[in-house]
Amino acid sequence: MELLVAAAIGILTTAGTYLMLRAYTFPVILGLTFLSYAVNVFLFAMGRLAIDRPPVISPDAPGYTDPLPQALVLTAIVISFGMTALIVALALRGYLETGSDRSTLDAPRRTDAGGGA
Amino acid sequence: MTTPLDQMTILPVILPAMAAAFLVLALRHHLAGQRIASIGVTLLLVGIAAFLLAQASDGTVRAYRLGDWPAPYGITLVLDRLSATLLLLTAVLALCVVVYAAGGVDGRGRHFHPLFQFQLMGINGAFLTGDVFNLFVFFEVMLIASYGLMLHGGGPARLKAGFQYVAINLLASVVFLVGVGLIYAVTGTLNMADLAVKVPQVAEADAALLKAGALLLFLVFATKAALVPLHWWLPATYAGASAPAAAMFMIMTKVGAYAIIRVYGLVFGAGAGPLALAAAPFVIPAALVTLAVGAIGLVGSRTLRDLSAFAVIASMGTLLVAIGLFDAAGLAAGLYYLVHSTLAGAALFLIAGLVQEQRGAARDRLVPGPAMAGETLIGGLFFLAAIALVGLPPLSGFLGKVMILKAAQASAIWPWIWGLILAASLVMTFGFARAGSVLFWASGPASGTKPPPALSLAAVVLFLGLMVAWTLAAGPATDGLQLTARQALDRSAYIGAVLGPDARLAARD
Repeated sequence: MELLVAAAIGILTTAGTYLMLRAYTFPVILGLTFLSYAVNVFLFAMGRLAIDRPPVISPDAPGYTDPLPQALVLTAIVISFGMTALIVALALRGYLETGSDRSTLDAPRRTDAGGGA
Repeated sequence: MTTPLDQMTILPVILPAMAAAFLVLALRHHLAGQRIASIGVTLLLVGIAAFLLAQASDGTVRAYRLGDWPAPYGITLVLDRLSATLLLLTAVLALCVVVYAAGGVDGRGRHFHPLFQFQLMGINGAFLTGDVFNLFVFFEVMLIASYGLMLHGGGPARLKAGFQYVAINLLASVVFLVGVGLIYAVTGTLNMADLAVKVPQVAEADAALLKAGALLLFLVFATKAALVPLHWWLPATYAGASAPAAAMFMIMTKVGAYAIIRVYGLVFGAGAGPLALAAAPFVIPAALVTLAVGAIGLVGSRTLRDLSAFAVIASMGTLLVAIGLFDAAGLAAGLYYLVHSTLAGAALFLIAGLVQEQRGAARDRLVPGPAMAGETLIGGLFFLAAIALVGLPPLSGFLGKVMILKAAQASAIWPWIWGLILAASLVMTFGFARAGSVLFWASGPASGTKPPPALSLAAVVLFLGLMVAWTLAAGPATDGLQLTARQALDRSAYIGAVLGPDARLAARD
């Protein structure tokens, strides 16, 4: 099981890093999503992998699994979900307003167009 | 056990959160009402922060346990001189910025004031928290609000810069979580005081893993503090945001610096056994490069907002040199400079906003353009802000730099520090002189725009007045900051306040 979890984290991180380095917004968002999945599994594994153990105290439990990383992962999932929604909306607005999906800054800055107040 | 006065510690977090919700729900369509409520709440925050600083200046570290759950199991807020000082700085900065925004910028998009209050909640929380995971949560609160503020007012260039800003911060959050996970896996705790107890006791086999976690966390804080080579997001973001948003972001780089002080001065500080000063070898060299990059970028800037952003990078470089010394003298000098550079940088961004409004099509590009209404006044303010940021006498920037240079003599590489700080000051003087002479002397006939709003001008004058006051108060201020620095590096007082006196004894053994 350790190998499976470790490989999953590794593959997700690799795919996420590769996609993050693209110059277009959509792959970057996908990459961020992969990375946040990887980190969720990673955090979960940091409480040690234990099977069939309860996280809360009960008198006849043979042992416990650490409940704290599960709480941390829950928080991390909520935050990364909200952030992903935001960045998708942002990328979509950027695409609709500039007509390009490129995530570089050069084009609009060279002409000094827009920028607001 | 706790008196109502002790409950004040949580107010800098709760008050802006309530205010933001109230602004969204009750005053959604009343800009005037939003302005009054937002300025009122910020004024109240200044009062609370001043009270907390007065309370903290008796020298005790106060732990506030939410729901009275005992540390390290519950959530703890910690109030000491350092966090109280930064709370007051945040509140004062926010007051000036919100007054400036009430001059008209807040009406260009929706929800400026609620976002602003949410950001205050995140920043105050980050300064108060005594727990690494809550630091992450407050970072995220602060960042979510800052995304909204950064994009406030819209425009394609701002959207593109905003996407990069959000993407880089999401990546930083992922790295933060990996670092937190590693630290938890090795020590089994995330409470800073508990970490300070457990880090020195870590088994030798686990020390490398813990160090990896600590350094990943350092990468995140360095990104927030715009330390080279993780500073690339800053110029585009600050130059792309509206003037009040950029001025408010001045404190966000300081949150990164604060986290470095807390985590690497306390948890991985001098008494942390095999992991003592884990990040220290990287801070000063990176800070010196940051300073050089800031100064060179400043000379090469083509707009006043870019120039201001690079001035911020240079000032972060100077500040982190002082923090990187990790001793009380360096930290005290750094804190004096931190207050100064926050005020000066914010003033410069607000002035850049005024200049941009006044020059028609030339905006804030550093090319000859039409004369501005109120040019003498804006020019004079720019001159003062430039002097302050470069660190020329007589303003507080000069005093701050002298203190940092003096403290740096303790370092083995002090000739490098002296040389680079002085050379960067010279280069920055040149950059500011060029920008100022193009903007204010090489101007054509008047553009016929309205003079800048009185409220906005008042905010800039207030900033410069505060800076003069900070210069005049240098004597008492440095005495206080000496104590602050010593307290911030004192592990046993912090551990004792959070975990109780027994843990303090255990830490000493």
